[in-house]
Amino acid sequence: MSDKIPVTVLTGYLGAGKTTLLNRILSEPHGQKFAVIVNEFGEIGIDNDLVVGADEEVFEMNNGCICCTVRGDLIRIIDGLMRRKGKFDAIIVETTGLADPAPVAQTFFVDENVGQKAKLDAVVTVADAKYLKDRLRDAPEAKNQIAFADVILLNKTDLVSEPDLREVEARIRGINPYATLHRTQRCAIPLPEVLGRNAFDLDRILDIEPSFLEEGNGHDHHHDHDHGHDHDHDHDHDHGGLKHYHDEHMQSFSVRTDKPLDPDKFFPWIQNLVAQEGPKILRCKGILAFKNDPERFVFQGVHMILDGDHQRPWKDGEERLSRAVFIGRDMPEEMIREGFAGCVAKA
Amino acid sequence: MSDARTDTPSITERIRPVAAGGAVVAVHFLGDEAAFVLGEESLLFWRDGAERRVAVHGGGILAAASDGRRVVTGGDDGKVVAIDAKGAPETIATDAKRRWVDRVAVTADAVAWACGKQAFVLPSKSKDKAARSIELPSSVGGLAFAPKGFRLAIAHYNGATLWFPNAPDAKPEFLEWKGSHLDVTFSPDGRFLVTAMQEAMLHGWRLVDGKHMRMSGYATKVRSLTWGPGAKWLATSGATQLVVWPFAGKDGPMGKAPKVLSPGEQRISAVAAHPKQEVCAVGYEDGMMLLTRVEDGAEVLARPGAKSPISALAWNEAGNRLAFGTEDGEAGVISL
Repeated sequence: MSDKIPVTVLTGYLGAGKTTLLNRILSEPHGQKFAVIVNEFGEIGIDNDLVVGADEEVFEMNNGCICCTVRGDLIRIIDGLMRRKGKFDAIIVETTGLADPAPVAQTFFVDENVGQKAKLDAVVTVADAKYLKDRLRDAPEAKNQIAFADVILLNKTDLVSEPDLREVEARIRGINPYATLHRTQRCAIPLPEVLGRNAFDLDRILDIEPSFLEEGNGHDHHHDHDHGHDHDHDHDHDHGGLKHYHDEHMQSFSVRTDKPLDPDKFFPWIQNLVAQEGPKILRCKGILAFKNDPERFVFQGVHMILDGDHQRPWKDGEERLSRAVFIGRDMPEEMIREGFAGCVAKA
Repeated sequence: MSDARTDTPSITERIRPVAAGGAVVAVHFLGDEAAFVLGEESLLFWRDGAERRVAVHGGGILAAASDGRRVVTGGDDGKVVAIDAKGAPETIATDAKRRWVDRVAVTADAVAWACGKQAFVLPSKSKDKAARSIELPSSVGGLAFAPKGFRLAIAHYNGATLWFPNAPDAKPEFLEWKGSHLDVTFSPDGRFLVTAMQEAMLHGWRLVDGKHMRMSGYATKVRSLTWGPGAKWLATSGATQLVVWPFAGKDGPMGKAPKVLSPGEQRISAVAAHPKQEVCAVGYEDGMMLLTRVEDGAEVLARPGAKSPISALAWNEAGNRLAFGTEDGEAGVISL
């Protein structure tokens, strides 16, 4: 799409291993040069030419959109880094453990100057295999970080048994089945799995159709809610031995059609949808095939903010599917499914 | 696509090109010598073809300001550097934590700069060379000295603070307006304070009574502001037309519409008012430059459109030389 500088956002709850991953990225012989935006400047040793300390200043935009927040410090820093264009190939933003990823992501869509020069490549979340389950229960930030992720590193797997690992993976899948999930120890991972993910991830994400999202398979959902004391906000059921969790508030689903969409129907629909339901939609993304359009259109959104562009021509023989995923809280799924279906172009 | 303006009178043959060799982030005149501030490390001084480069920072240059006698820059190396017409750089301050210095301001009497939430002032006559500082509620978006009296305006989130560095006991005055303020300027007569905001609008206060002025309608953030002679108007970038707000009356632009002049196909990226005449130099995102008479919108083509946005624009004090630079490192001086 462009020569925009790719930005990777590293999130993860306190102690999960973000800094370990960052140092690994910087120390491996990959020939790439990074500009790194970190917090708590100076407290951790980071060996890199371009390291910038950030204040994590989250600002509200005065545009009538309550969930539209941006990172003011990021806007300034990226503007400043562009003075040194050519000195780095990519930007890595490390957020604090308690950060909500939404303002970071929204910054790249809302601020025009930033959006012209940089693009969000992926949100990479490092999760602590041992403690994530607890954090999902008591820390809303941790849940947001999982929901937002494009790539999740389930780290410190050496401290947990295999059944426990499967359990925590099922919890993650219950919130965000679309992220690429890796098991790691000390964040050891081939770097192409976390950097330069853009188009690849979108394609891959949209190929996943988790079985438990399919409706009408005849299985019974035993929603055994015990709303008493000390209750767990999840429930589970078994599909042939594989555990599936449904998070009570956080859900995700995908929509798809092989019929070309009408852009004059789709854009008003999605804009209206995020204007109405944006606070509930943490993330949405998709690849679209419009009628009489030789190019794939990709879009992504955070709350009420949408960003989209033509990506590349459809290849010969490539199936022209339109697919989109939504991750959020208490979303009106049926309404979204029907609305999407209504965007199909007349034959 | 660029504007042809084929019927517009032209002075494009008067451009003397300057090979800046890197993005130009600002330009200032020290006398008749142009000082091009580059995105990294150096200033390029140019006068009638004679040029010299002076290294001032070990990295990116994030901010620059001038009082006509010296240029002050802030860098990502945490330094504040002043350089005068003799071209000898003097390091005024080095941040202890090597934080970015991304805002600066200068008058004959003092230099000001900001790192994150802290703003600093160093008076020129200071014997101990110790800067005074103030802590703001959020990162500093802009700095401006008042035209009279030793007072510094500091833009930040949710408003601007007016600080008297010489009166440590006086509580700074806070002018509140919701949102992120990214730049600040006093009208040269000292009656008004205007900030540029994240939301593609300006906000203003009449200082005598704190009355608000909202100046909106822009397509994008306003990153370049310039006061006309006698503080009669304020011309701005941020739209495909030159937006000129009237400030002559006692109410400034309150309840009045701005003049819109010189529509282009691209947005305006830099503006510089002539120091004596009612004329504004206007730079566009496609590299075109016009001289526009504010009274009637009459135009002279100063540079045809090319590719890279005009990122720096300045007149010398006499108003007979105009220097410009672009994001791609093209630059030049026009003699009138």
